[in-house]
Amino acid sequence: MAKIRGAVVVDVERCKGCVICVNACPTNVLSMSKDVNGKGYSFSYMENPEACTGCMSCSLVCPDVVITVYRMKVNE
Amino acid sequence: MSISIQDIIKEENKVFSKTKLLTDKVFSYCPGCGHGVAHRIIMEVIEEMGIVNQTIGVAPVGCSVLAYDFMDIDMQQAAHGRAPAVATGISRVFPDKYVFTYQGDGDLAAIGTAETIHACSRGENIIIFFINNGIYGMTGGQMAPTTLEGMKTSTSPHGRDLHQMGFPIKMTEIVAQLDGVQFATRQAVHTPSAVRKTKKAVKKAFENVKNKKGVSFIEIVSNCNSGWKLAPVKANEWMEEFMFPVYPIGDIKG
Amino acid sequence: MGELRLMKGNEAIAEAAIRCGCDAYFGYPITPQSEILEYLTLQNPEKTTGMVVLQAESEIAAINMVYGAAACGKKALTSSSSPGISLKQEGISYIAGAELPAVIVNVVRGGPGLGTIQPSQSDYFQSVKGGGHGDYKLIVLAPNSVQEQYDFVKLGFDLAFKYRNPVLILSDGAIGQMMEKVQISDFTPRWTEEEIVQMTGSWATHGKPETRKHNIVTSLNLQPEPQEEHNHHLQRKYKEIEDNELRYEKFFCEDAEYVFVAYGTSSRLCQKAIQLGREKGLKLGLLRPITLFPFPKKQIKMATKKAKAFLAVEMSAGQMVEDVQLAVKGKRPVKHFGRYGGMIPMPDEILEAMEELIAKVEKKEAKKAQKKAKKKAEKEAKKQKN
Repeated sequence: MAKIRGAVVVDVERCKGCVICVNACPTNVLSMSKDVNGKGYSFSYMENPEACTGCMSCSLVCPDVVITVYRMKVNE
Repeated sequence: MSISIQDIIKEENKVFSKTKLLTDKVFSYCPGCGHGVAHRIIMEVIEEMGIVNQTIGVAPVGCSVLAYDFMDIDMQQAAHGRAPAVATGISRVFPDKYVFTYQGDGDLAAIGTAETIHACSRGENIIIFFINNGIYGMTGGQMAPTTLEGMKTSTSPHGRDLHQMGFPIKMTEIVAQLDGVQFATRQAVHTPSAVRKTKKAVKKAFENVKNKKGVSFIEIVSNCNSGWKLAPVKANEWMEEFMFPVYPIGDIKG
Repeated sequence: MGELRLMKGNEAIAEAAIRCGCDAYFGYPITPQSEILEYLTLQNPEKTTGMVVLQAESEIAAINMVYGAAACGKKALTSSSSPGISLKQEGISYIAGAELPAVIVNVVRGGPGLGTIQPSQSDYFQSVKGGGHGDYKLIVLAPNSVQEQYDFVKLGFDLAFKYRNPVLILSDGAIGQMMEKVQISDFTPRWTEEEIVQMTGSWATHGKPETRKHNIVTSLNLQPEPQEEHNHHLQRKYKEIEDNELRYEKFFCEDAEYVFVAYGTSSRLCQKAIQLGREKGLKLGLLRPITLFPFPKKQIKMATKKAKAFLAVEMSAGQMVEDVQLAVKGKRPVKHFGRYGGMIPMPDEILEAMEELIAKVEKKEAKKAQKKAKKKAEKEAKKQKN
C-alpha cells in the first residue's frame, strides 16, 4: 500500500523557539529541544518522525522560515 | 522495507523551502511574530509570478522598517505614515511596475491616515499591506488607533478607555468604501489555513496590479507577543478570541 | 533656440519643467504659487512629453511622492509657498538623508504662521540652515527674474543629479507673479528607461534584475557608526558643492565704496537704488548671491578691501545679514535693511538706508581723523615746548 512519508529539517541556528510549529503540526511530530542554540533559544525537532506526512503546516506558520519540508511516496 | 529519514531528505523530495527572495539575514522580529510569515508570502508570490525585476516595495517606520534587509527586491524606506504617497510617486513614474507598501497600524492608521485614504481614493495601482497588531511594537508597546477596548498598553496602562481615548479604527472597512479600492480583505497568518488564504489574497492583489485595477488593500491581523506580553502560541489564541470579533477575517470588497 | 515669450514667473517654472525633461510634478495649491500646478494641469504634458502631473492631498504627500519618484531615478519636481514648505521639511530631510535628486520651489510669502500672501524673503534661514532635522544642506538657487525662474529648473535638475542632492529654488511672490519676457529653450526629451537605468542603476529602485544586488533607498542606520560615516560623506559632498557650484553676480562693484548684498527681488531693488545713488555721486555697488548655499563668503571678504561698509537688503527682519557678517568678520560695518511681512521696500527707502549707513561711517571716519589730527597737534605742541 502506498503511503506518504515526510520529513522536516529545522535550521537550528535561525529558530527562535516560538513553538508555533509544534502547535500547528497535525500529527504531533515536532517537539522543542532541551538544548539551546547559539542564541539561547530552544528549537523544534522531529521527536516522532515516523508520523510526519510532509503536510507543510509547520513551515507555513513558521515566522522565521527555518523549516524545509520533504515528502515522498513509499510503497509498504 | 523501512525508510530512513535520510532517504526522504533528498532534493527531489523537497516540497517547501525558503524563497530565494528572502535574504539570509535573520529577521529582527520577536519570536513568533507574524511579520515573518507575511514577508515570506509576499516574496513567494513575487517569485512565483516572476516579477522581481518589476517590483518595488516601500517599507514604513515601525518594526518592519528594516523589511528591505530581508526582502531581496528593490525597496525604499518611507517617512512615518507616508508610504502610500511614496508608492504613488513610484507608481506614477513607473506605471507598469508592481508597487506595494508594507505598513503597521501606527504607520497606516494614525500618522499616515491621510496618505492612506487619498492613495485609496485616487485608485493608485498599488498594493497596501496593513499589518494590524493593535499596538506600537517598535517603540515598546504603546496604544495604537487599533488597540482594543480595555487593552493594556504602555500608554493605556489601565486599559483603553473608549470615553477618553476613542474607539478602535477599522481601516479596511473605511477604505473599502472608496471607489479607488478594487479589493479590500482582512486575513491572518497564524494557522496553516489562514496562511493559505492570505497567500491567495496576496496573489490576487498582484494580479490586480497587473490588470491596473487600482488599490488592493490587504489587512493582516497579527500578533505582538512582546507588546501583548504573551507567549507566541497564547498570543495567537488571544488574537482569535479578542481581535477577530472586532476585526473579522474575510473579504470586505472585491 | 526657442522663442521669446511673455510669461509669469510661476508659469516659467512650469514651462521649464516640461521642456527640460522633467518626469513628474507633485504639488498642492497655495498662493502665490498655484499657477505652477494650474499651468501644468492645463498643458497636460502627460500627453506630449509623458511628464506626470498630480495634485496631491497635501504638501506632505507631494514631497513624499517626489521622494518615491526621485528614488526611481526620475526627475521629480514640487513647489509650494512658505507654510507649505514648512510642511515639506520632513520629506526634504529624508530626501537629503537618502541622497535623492529633486527640485523644490519655494515662492516665498510673508510669515510667520499663515502670514500674508505677499512676497517675502523670510525663509532664508529655513532654506540654508537646514529647515528640517539633521545635518544637511540644500543647494539653494535664488532667481531674480522670470528668465532665471525658467533657467534654474534645468540647472536645478543638473545639480540635483550631479550631487544626488535636493535643490531648492528660493523665489518669492514678486518673481512668481510678475511677467517678463523669457527666452524659451527647445524640448529636451525625458530620459528613456534605458538611460535611467544607465544613469541611476547603481542606487535607484527600478526593480531588481538578476545582474545586480537589490537597491535600497533609505536614510536609516540603526547603528551610530555607519550613520556618522554617512554624515562625514554628506559633509564632504557639501564641501565639494561649495568648491564647485558657487554662483554670484557683481553690479558696479569695481569702484564701489559701499556695497549692497541682496538676492532675488531685493537685488533688483538695490540695482535701482544704485542708479539713484550714483546720480547723487555715491559710489554704490551690489554683490548678489545667486546660490545662497554655497554662499559667496570669499567674494564678500575680498570686497572688504575696497568697500567701507555693507548693507544687506532683505525682505525679512534680517537673516542673510548674519552670513554677510560672518564673511566680513568684523572688518567693516555690516547693517541690515528690510521691509517684511509681505511689504516690498522702495528703491528710495533702500537708498535712504544706505545714506544713513554712509553718514554713520563718514561721521566715524571724521571723528577718527579729528582724533588723529588732535593727537598730531598735541605732539607738535609738545615738540615745540621742548
